Parts: sequence; structure tokens; C-alpha cells
Amino acid sequence: MLEIKNLHASVGGTEIIKGLDLSIGAGEVHAIMGPNGSGKSTLSYVLTGREGYEVTEGSVTFQGKDLLAMGIEERAREGIFLAFQYPVEIPGVNSATFLKEAVNAVRKHRGEDPLDAMTFLKLIREKREMLGVQEDKLKRAVNVGFSGGEKKRFEILQMAMLKPVFAVLDETDSGLDIDALRVVADGINNLRDPKRGMLVITHYQRLLDYIEPDKVHVLQDGKITRSGGKELALELEDKGYGEAAA
Amino acid sequence: MTAPMDTATAEARPQEGRQKQDEAVENAIREKYKYGFYTDIETDRVPKGLNEETVALISGKKEEPEWMLDWRLKAYRNWLEMDEEDARWAKVSFPPIDYQDAYYYAAPKKKEGPSSLDEVDPDLLDTYEKLGIPLREQEVLAGVKNVAVDAVFDSVSVATTFKKELNKAGVIFCPISEAIRDHPELVKKYLGSVVPPGDNFFAALNSAVFTDGSFVYIPEGVRCPMELSTYFRINAAETGQFERTLIIADKGSYVSYLEGCTAPMRDENQLHAAVVELIALDDAEIKYSTVQNWYPGDENGVGGIYNFVTKRGACRGVNSKISWTQVETGSAITWKYPSCILQGDNSVGEFYSVAITNNMQQADTGTKMIHIGKNTRSTIISKGISAGRADQTYRGLVNILPKADGARNYTQCDSLLIGDECGAHTVPYIQSRNRTAAVEHEATTSKISDDQLFYCMQRGLDAEAAVSLIVNGFCREVMKELPMEFAVEAQKLVGISLEGSVG
Ligand SMILES: Nc1ncnc2c1ncn2[C@@H]1O[C@H](COP(=O)(O)OP(=O)(O)OP(=O)(O)O)[C@@H](O)[C@H]1O
Ligand SMILES: [Mg+2]
Repeated sequence: MLEIKNLHASVGGTEIIKGLDLSIGAGEVHAIMGPNGSGKSTLSYVLTGREGYEVTEGSVTFQGKDLLAMGIEERAREGIFLAFQYPVEIPGVNSATFLKEAVNAVRKHRGEDPLDAMTFLKLIREKREMLGVQEDKLKRAVNVGFSGGEKKRFEILQMAMLKPVFAVLDETDSGLDIDALRVVADGINNLRDPKRGMLVITHYQRLLDYIEPDKVHVLQDGKITRSGGKELALELEDKGYGEAAA
Repeated sequence: MTAPMDTATAEARPQEGRQKQDEAVENAIREKYKYGFYTDIETDRVPKGLNEETVALISGKKEEPEWMLDWRLKAYRNWLEMDEEDARWAKVSFPPIDYQDAYYYAAPKKKEGPSSLDEVDPDLLDTYEKLGIPLREQEVLAGVKNVAVDAVFDSVSVATTFKKELNKAGVIFCPISEAIRDHPELVKKYLGSVVPPGDNFFAALNSAVFTDGSFVYIPEGVRCPMELSTYFRINAAETGQFERTLIIADKGSYVSYLEGCTAPMRDENQLHAAVVELIALDDAEIKYSTVQNWYPGDENGVGGIYNFVTKRGACRGVNSKISWTQVETGSAITWKYPSCILQGDNSVGEFYSVAITNNMQQADTGTKMIHIGKNTRSTIISKGISAGRADQTYRGLVNILPKADGARNYTQCDSLLIGDECGAHTVPYIQSRNRTAAVEHEATTSKISDDQLFYCMQRGLDAEAAVSLIVNGFCREVMKELPMEFAVEAQKLVGISLEGSVG
């Protein structure tokens, strides 16, 4: 469903992604690991169309369409979702309102009617309980005053509400305590679906104990230097990137 | 405004921007103003120009008593002595205004004054329907809170709804011209008592030629049974609108009042110089909300309303309270400082403001809180949003007089910039002559962040919906002060007035 070919991308004139190939099929979960600054978040921004991330070469095809030709919101509406490494605070904007606007924007794109208040509340309650997000969080402003872990849970709650076709999870496990990690991993596993692809960015093999990836890739200096099964994650944990990549 | 004793000036201009997102932000700005239509209706006008005869003609059209004409003429002579230059201290610029090249009175021609809603010209009813203003009482559904409306069209009030229900409660809600005829004792006592005719150039002009506006009197101990509102519509070309509103809340009473304003799109600038006076006696409370959406001019700054307004409330009684809430999105130029004179001990003044300027709009707005009585308290929350090439200034004065023991003020001014070509300025004047008083001031300036825009858009919102959401969030503290009935409308307006500010 997602086909990345010889992707080169630069930020502020500096090339960060330097010829990356990756192919992810429907229903597959791939993990990307790699040292700090290797370009993992950059890749997620390139895929989601963030301004300032300039593709200089290569192509990305999503469900047969040229992903790079689409605008940010168009990609989102087509089903690309990013769980942010650093979720953004939006003061004064009620979290539930934000979710509703997002869900309805996507529904509209799919030619569906907006959700009425009752249905929306029912749905949000169900997802919220599954992810252990307290009700009062949704009455607060988006991510404002949320702890690091709460922000990450809210990202997954949004993902559960938006039901994306392809999700990139950028270090969703960072900053989670052990219980939260399990809840979030369960949430992600619940969203595994034969029609849905996922790219999980992480530094820790621990997450991959819960979310078993179909493939693990090592990203170093803007390129994928190794790919393998989930045992590669164990090897990386053991030997570090330097040796494992060699 | 008086010379400041302590002046703090914080100015902010955005730094160099991050290219693409900002390019999108700066992209051709096209404002959609959906109230810009003109109603083709036969109009009765007094001849162009301004002199004592014009003043007398207006007074005559209104069938005013002698004392009112005298009052106007005095104001007119006072105005002649004044210099418009003296009103140009605000950070706005506009070419000289030719006061002789305008009409001062325009009214839809009517067969006979409408004594009931059924007699209102159907063209006018249609106009208000198009504007979304309910003038047909019977249409209000059971369970929905009623709002009484006074509809002012150019220089006259064309309809006032729910008069009977209000009468039952003893509330007087009528056009000010009617009040001058029917309640002269109240008008004589209070008109000009908060904003004297010679207060400033535009107030003097208004006092000479004011045409219509609303009069409200809430008797002692009465809580007004419904929201009151006045809807001002400028329709005729080359005509100034000089509204005059007077609201008196007698002891222990309460009223919530809202005004809305729109005008057709025209290439010429039109002057709207209003005066609003509020009086709250012991334990009374007035909540005054404005949703100002005059035509702002086009993206190149052609046309639009000059909104030069003097609004002031006097908390005359002990424990009285006056609260101003304004959402200012329209007008080419806004010059407006709704203020509170806190005379009564323990009286409270509040000012909640959202001002949005886009394209070439200019706004210099803020408030004055004059603390005279003991333990008087004031709160100022100002949210300024600037986009396009617009320029905006918050100008506020907190003045604590020697006898105001225990006075308190809290001021918070936040500015939000969209794009790289707009400006925001904060000019808070603070004068304190009482050692027991406490004054607190906070100010922030921020740009709408790329992170926030990207986050919203990654969730499927388009750029405009994202900006509208973020800006509404930024204004939330003020929006929540609006009466429920109008809050939704105001939120939409925020989105509309920023249309085109991002690509
Ligand atoms: N806006 C920017 N301007 C210049 N350089 C940038 C910018 N954003 C990222 N970079 C650089 O790009 C490189 C890759 O950053 P990226 O955030 O993609 O790394 P990462 O693999 O996600 O790291 P981490 O594991 O720490 O999250 C880094 O060297 C970073 O400094
Ligand atoms: Mg990263």
C-alpha cells in the first residue's frame, strides 16, 4: 500500500533522507529503529507533507496514488495518520471539539455525513475507556497540561477515532510507564487490520515485544542500512547500531 | 487620552518567517463579506452638508421637543470649535474627512410610522431576514430564549420587537427618538451625563446630529426577562450613521444587551460615529456585548466603515457592575475604547475584547478603567489578531484616583500574528495615585505556530478551518463571556473574517 522509492529529502537545504527505499503492504506493521538524528521523524514529516521538508528525488506511492502530489490535509483525509513524537498544544481548543472537527473532516472527504453529537460521544467514550483516557482530559484544551504519557495516549485515541489507512507512530512508546506502554500497545494492536498498514518508529525493542512487527528496518544517516525480522531488534539491543549495521 | 505617568510600550513585529507555510499564509488575501448587499428602497434624506439647519432638520424629522434641539445646537457649536486633529492621536491613518460632503440623515420612506410589526415594509423585513436578524416574533420556537430586537436602518429605528412583554416587566426598550418624546425626564437626566457633548470631536459631532439608537431603562429590582439587542444597518450611500444608545439600570436591576452591525460593500468610506452611555445604579449590573462586523473594505483597503465610537459606562452606585464584551471583526478603521467609571464603592468594571484585523484594516482599541470608589475592581482581557497587512493597537488606561483604597486591576493583552506583514502594538497606560491599589499587567505576542497548523491539518482540517480553530481557542476567554445565543455566530465570524489569511 505504501511504496517509497529512492527518496531524497532535505530540510533547510541540508539533505537528511538520502535515498530511502521501503515497501509496506496492507496489514503489515514495520518498525524503524535508528540512532538520534538519523532522519526518522524527518521521514514521518515527508510522508505527511509538512512544509519545509523538500523532496528532491524519488517517489512515494500510496494505494496507487502519488502521495507527494497531495497537500497535508488531503493526505490526512486519504487516511495517512501521524502519531507525533511531540504532540502540539493548542490552547483554548477543547479536545473533544478538536476530535470532532477532525473526524468530520475525514468523513466529509469520504462522502459520509458528519457524526451527530450522540453518536460521537458514544464512540469517543468507547475508545477513551479502551485507552484509559480520563473523561476530564477531553474537556481540556488539546494537549495543554497533559503529561508526556497522557499526550501519547491522546495521539492513539485520535488514531482510534480517525481509523487511518496508514499510520506512522513516531516514538509513541517514549515517556510511557510500563502500564501505559501495555495500554497503548493494546490500543495499537486493536487497530491492526488486514487493510491497515503501520510504521512504528522506536528506540526500544520492548515495544516490539507487545507489537510484533512483520519487519524491522535500521535507519542510519538517511538510509535504510539493514532490514530483517523482529529478531533484528533484539540484535540491535544487544550490539548497538554501529556493530549491527556493519 | 491623558498623558501617562507610567508608560510601558511593548511593540512586536514578527521576525523573518519560515518560508513555505508563511508563503501560504501571505497568499492573496480575499475576504468574503456576505452582508455587503444593498437594499433598493426609497430613501428620505436631508440635503448634503452640515450646518445649524441640518441639525434643526434632523430634530424636526424626529419631532423633537425644543430642549432637545437646543442641546443639539449647543453640541454643534461646541463641535465647530473643536479640531479633528486632536482625535488623531490613535495609531491609525486616514485622509481628511470632508464633513460637508456627506448626508446626515437617511431613512426609508414610509407611508406612516409602523405601529406594529405587520406594518413594517416587507423589503425591510426581507433585509433583516437576509442578515439573519429575527424581526418576526411569532417565529421564535418554544423553549428557545427570546431576544428582543431594535432594528436601526440608516438613521431610523424600523422595528422593535417584544415591546409588550418587556412593558409587562416595566422595562422600557425603544428607539431613542421615541424616548425623547415619551420619557423626557429620564433622557434629560441621563443623556450626556457619562459622555458629555464636548468629550471629543466625534462625540460632539454625534451629539449634534445623532439619529437613532436604543434607549433602555430597567426599573429598580427588575431582572430584564430577555436579552435585548440592537441591530445597526448602514444601507444608504454617502451617509454617516450616528447612533446614540442610552442604557440605565436602576437599583438592583440586571440587563444583558447586544449590538450587531453590518453595511453594504462600497468603494467610499462611510463614517459611523456612535456614542453609547451606560449607567448602573446601586447593585445594578449591565452586560453589554458587541459583535461589530461593519464592511471592512476590500483587500487593498478601498472602502469600508470608519468606526469612531465613544462608549462609556458609569458604575454610579455601590456594588454595581458594567461588563463590556466586544468582538470587533469589521470596519476599515476602528477607534473605540469602551470604558468604565467606577464611582460606587465595590463597583466592578470588565472589558473583554477580541479584535481581528485582516488585509488593510486598522484598529486602535482598548479601554479605560477609572477607579474612583473604594475597593473598585477591574479586569481587562484583550485578544488581538492581526493578519494580512493589518495594523492593530491595544491602548488602555488604568487610572486609580487617590480615594480608591483597595482598588484592583488585572490586565491581560495577548496578540496573535498571522503572516509577516501585520503589526500588533500594546500601549498600556497605568496611573496609580493610591498606595493600597494593586495593578497587574501581562502581555504576550505570538505568531500562529506552524506546529499548530500542521498538527490540525495532519488531522484533516484545511488551512482555514485550522486557523479558525486556533484563533477561536486563542479568544476563548473572551468568547465565553458572550451570551450563548450569539457565541456560535461570533465563532463563525472569526473564521469568516480570517478567510484568505492562509493559502
Ligand atoms: N528544521 C530543521 N532544520 C535543520 N535541520 C533539521 C531540521 N529538522 C531536523 N533537522 C536535522 O535533521 C536530522 C534528522 O532529524 P530527525 O528529527 O529526523 O531525527 P530522528 O531520527 O527522528 O531523531 P530522534 O531519534 O532524536 O527523534 C537531525 O540532524 C536534525 O538536526
Ligand atoms: Mg524523531
